[in-house]
Amino acid sequence: MKELMLGNEAVARGLYEAGVKVISSYPGTPSTEITENATKYDEMYCEWAPNEKVATEVAIGASIGGVRSFCAMKHVGLNVAADPIYTASYTGVNGGMVLAVADDPGMHSSQNEQDSRHHAIAAKLAMLEPSDSTECLEFTKLGFELSEKFDTPVILRLTTRIAHSSSLVELGQREEKEIKDFPKDPQKYVMMPAMAIKRHVIVEQRMRDLVEWAETCKINTVEYNDGAKLGIICAGDCYQYAKEALGSTANYLKLGMVNPLPIDLIKNFASKCEKTVVFEELDPIIENHCKTIGLDVVGKELFGLLGEFSQSTIREKLLGQKTDLLKSDINIVPRPPVLCAGCPHRGTFYALKSLGCNVSGDIGCYSLGAMAPLSSVDTTICMGASVSALHGMSKARGAEFSKKSVAVIGDSTFIHSGITGIIDIVYNKGISTVLVLDNSITGMTGHQNNPTNGLTIKGDPTVAVDLESLARACGFKNVRVVDPYNIAEVKTVVKQELEKEEPSMVICRRPCALLKTVKRKPALKVNADKCIGCKSCMKIGCPAISMRDKKAVIDFTQCVGCGVCEQMCKFGAITE
Amino acid sequence: MTKNIMIVGVGGQGTLLASRLLGTVMVNKGYDVKISEVHGMSQRGGSVVTYVKFGDKVDSPLVDKGEADIVMAFEQLEAARWLPYLKPNGHLIVNTQSIDPMPVINGVAEYPQGIIDSIKATGVSVTATDALSIAVESGSAKAVNVVLIGIMAKHLDITEEEWMSAIESTVPVKFIEMNKKAFLLGYNLK
Repeated sequence: MKELMLGNEAVARGLYEAGVKVISSYPGTPSTEITENATKYDEMYCEWAPNEKVATEVAIGASIGGVRSFCAMKHVGLNVAADPIYTASYTGVNGGMVLAVADDPGMHSSQNEQDSRHHAIAAKLAMLEPSDSTECLEFTKLGFELSEKFDTPVILRLTTRIAHSSSLVELGQREEKEIKDFPKDPQKYVMMPAMAIKRHVIVEQRMRDLVEWAETCKINTVEYNDGAKLGIICAGDCYQYAKEALGSTANYLKLGMVNPLPIDLIKNFASKCEKTVVFEELDPIIENHCKTIGLDVVGKELFGLLGEFSQSTIREKLLGQKTDLLKSDINIVPRPPVLCAGCPHRGTFYALKSLGCNVSGDIGCYSLGAMAPLSSVDTTICMGASVSALHGMSKARGAEFSKKSVAVIGDSTFIHSGITGIIDIVYNKGISTVLVLDNSITGMTGHQNNPTNGLTIKGDPTVAVDLESLARACGFKNVRVVDPYNIAEVKTVVKQELEKEEPSMVICRRPCALLKTVKRKPALKVNADKCIGCKSCMKIGCPAISMRDKKAVIDFTQCVGCGVCEQMCKFGAITE
Repeated sequence: MTKNIMIVGVGGQGTLLASRLLGTVMVNKGYDVKISEVHGMSQRGGSVVTYVKFGDKVDSPLVDKGEADIVMAFEQLEAARWLPYLKPNGHLIVNTQSIDPMPVINGVAEYPQGIIDSIKATGVSVTATDALSIAVESGSAKAVNVVLIGIMAKHLDITEEEWMSAIESTVPVKFIEMNKKAFLLGYNLK
């Protein structure tokens, strides 16, 4: 029986069938559902780690501990995990270890469009790239075999369209693996210069062995079609796009392993085609390899470096085809993402805007505070940067700047990378004010529990990090807690804390309005007799409020009765 | 021959469930099926789209401009936005509900008027329905997705029983009856 599975779900199934025992990840779109689905199998221990570095170290430890282990992350998460994984490349593994990284061409939900294949090359690790859910399952299992055969962690690379597309998958049985002996082998596992020098030699030999494997392995496949003169070299989702656009009119070299790349296999394929085209999203990794081995191929000059591709990319840029499209005279107004109706961040951002604060932002739903009409966030860089960058800005611009500037960081992001930043502020005599937007969940990635909400990945009760005590222990004397639904309270407290020439933490605490445990209040209503159409309620940018016939109206399907708009109306027109 | 269906709407309207329900039906019919979704940032009240493709063999999970046989739109402006994806001889199913996007709320843009008429003027086949009112009648405003699926079901070669069994296997138990009712209200719409 075949099952329709999301690519991420199929990776989770592959982990189960491969006999994996330990999984540690940090959520990140588009990788999150791998670990969420893995928790459905009781045979595997699963956890959310505070960040990707910790997750990767847990997986490395579990591998050294003798079992098959796994961690998953989004592309930028691999930057955080780069430190352990680059050295795990030297130590190799005991039990097999696979790390999944999900790239996001087109940046559906990311702050940059980096190509993780660079990490595989730099860390000298094998990288596999599936092109549908069946391959997600199979390549995951193969990853563990390769990991143990070549004594190396293996990276499984996904892209958004593979991770978040469903296709049919044939399920297999789980194969339990015996736990291996704990190794007492400092030459292999203690990476000091004397040992690492020797291990580097082994790493380079392993890469040569992997190239040899790549020449004949079953996942690098060649498909010749009768009469076809065009050769397409591709991997992952690009293979599907090319197949859809060109069908049997082209020959294909589909690379299931994208690092290291074979040499003879590619040369042989190119020699049988009149023209060879490399079709890959993001950076010209395969293309540059082809050029290095002396092949005349075409790639980025046709398709470019930006965004995600589709079947149309081939049709338009390679074949020069154009399609007639339906066209109307409607003025299409953009619909960017917004903070949800009832989002607790809304009140906080409105308060910061009315105080005229500079806001050092961070990664999460609350980056949407940068959008009009709240327009409150000045910078967003990476996980944790709100706190440390604010400290840098303050050191650059002095106390007066500090007194009108704050950092905003979510609860999960704070645990991920904000703690080191607040220590930097205290240790180096900073006076910054940090707002922790504590909505008791990891929101943007779709509601994952985290160390601050007292629940494990399975929803079991556990110890919750006490943010107030943590801040005090780090040296913050001023720690305040406010309700972000109360605009006046947020304004007063933030103002008081900004005036102090000391570091302060303000915790804006209110659970995400979308959480199932949060009871919705009845939708609010506008009394049309009292509404004068002043649009004050529109200043908070709530998607549930709009103007109809010069009066505000509230969409009952969206409103959760948070009451923030009620505080905006001087005429008492908004009521329960 | 592959059939391409696009389900478009505003984040939070339940487009994901609609695509999974449709996908389940097509798998049960023995087709090769691919569904493509987008999670994360764009789900937060933004314009969202899912693709459902089925046939003997499906390659790309994406539907491109001019490729959709059916576009099912949960909201008027979204129907207009994704119209170029519909084949000129395709069919548009649209919920007449309108939800203001942020530029309209901010007052920097106006919600376009006469969307349905403008779309009809292109000559494309359109079924426009107030699915929200029907959903409310069935017991929940959230059932808009299933009402629309019910309307679309008339355009696909699938029996009522096959839809019902897909609802049973896709929807949480306590919502099955409500969703069946919503489906039938859409399915039997004249």
